[in-house]
Amino acid sequence: MGTALNPSYFIVLSAALFAIGLYGALSRKNAIAVLISIEIMLTAVNINLVAINKFLTPEAFIGQIFAIFVITVAAAEVGLGLAIIIAMFRSRHTVDLDDFDWMKW
Amino acid sequence: MDNVYSLLAFVLLAGMILGSALLVVTLRNLVHSVLWLIVMFVGVAGIFLLLNADFVAAVQVLVYAGAVCIMIVFGVMLVQRPDMQNSNPINWRFKLAAPVVGGLFIVIGLLTAKAQLTASPQEVPEQTVQALAPILLNDFVIPFEVAAVLLTVALTGALLLVKEVKANGNGS
Repeated sequence: MGTALNPSYFIVLSAALFAIGLYGALSRKNAIAVLISIEIMLTAVNINLVAINKFLTPEAFIGQIFAIFVITVAAAEVGLGLAIIIAMFRSRHTVDLDDFDWMKW
Repeated sequence: MDNVYSLLAFVLLAGMILGSALLVVTLRNLVHSVLWLIVMFVGVAGIFLLLNADFVAAVQVLVYAGAVCIMIVFGVMLVQRPDMQNSNPINWRFKLAAPVVGGLFIVIGLLTAKAQLTASPQEVPEQTVQALAPILLNDFVIPFEVAAVLLTVALTGALLLVKEVKANGNGS
């Protein structure tokens, strides 16, 4: 087993990427930018899954299977999210998240 | 010697991923953000290759860097107004979000440094597709089919949502 790369490097990389994506999701006004930030967070989770699969259970491959399922669900989520954003843009002519106030009493 | 090269590759790929992700969440022009997002996804595919997951790396390039980014570009073109320069402003919450995500990163880093991760002595085989196929089509066949149904339902729902609404009521 090589000593140059150990699993904590990949966990720290994944944590940094998740923090960047969370910052983007919390601080942007545009709804499409928030969708992009959620994609960044899902990618960080995928890095963690594949790294744990390699270093801790290399013979089971469960981490890679789960990464493939996460990619599938993320693709479906982007399609539906963009469709919802386009439908809301048609009715309100804005994509600014602070202007989406239907539910306000 | 191989370890030195893999460490160098990891450092370069991590710098590329984190730099382009920072550009994605800080640039003001949304189209530039999407282009840097493609760079980040290709870097993550490189990380997957470094982790001996070649099938996941291929899926990452095909689905994320290809399909998802093209779909987001189409969404941007369908939604945006003519002025693209300041199309992605930040709101007042960024002052609150920066310390929150910094604290989250510090907590995860401290927990990682404290954790005792014992690496398995076995190695991942060079060819992973032959090992993935029986797992995906025997043990995980129900989630595999459910994922196919999920993609179909999502596509149909997206079509229904963006379908033009007629002014005089009932659809057709």
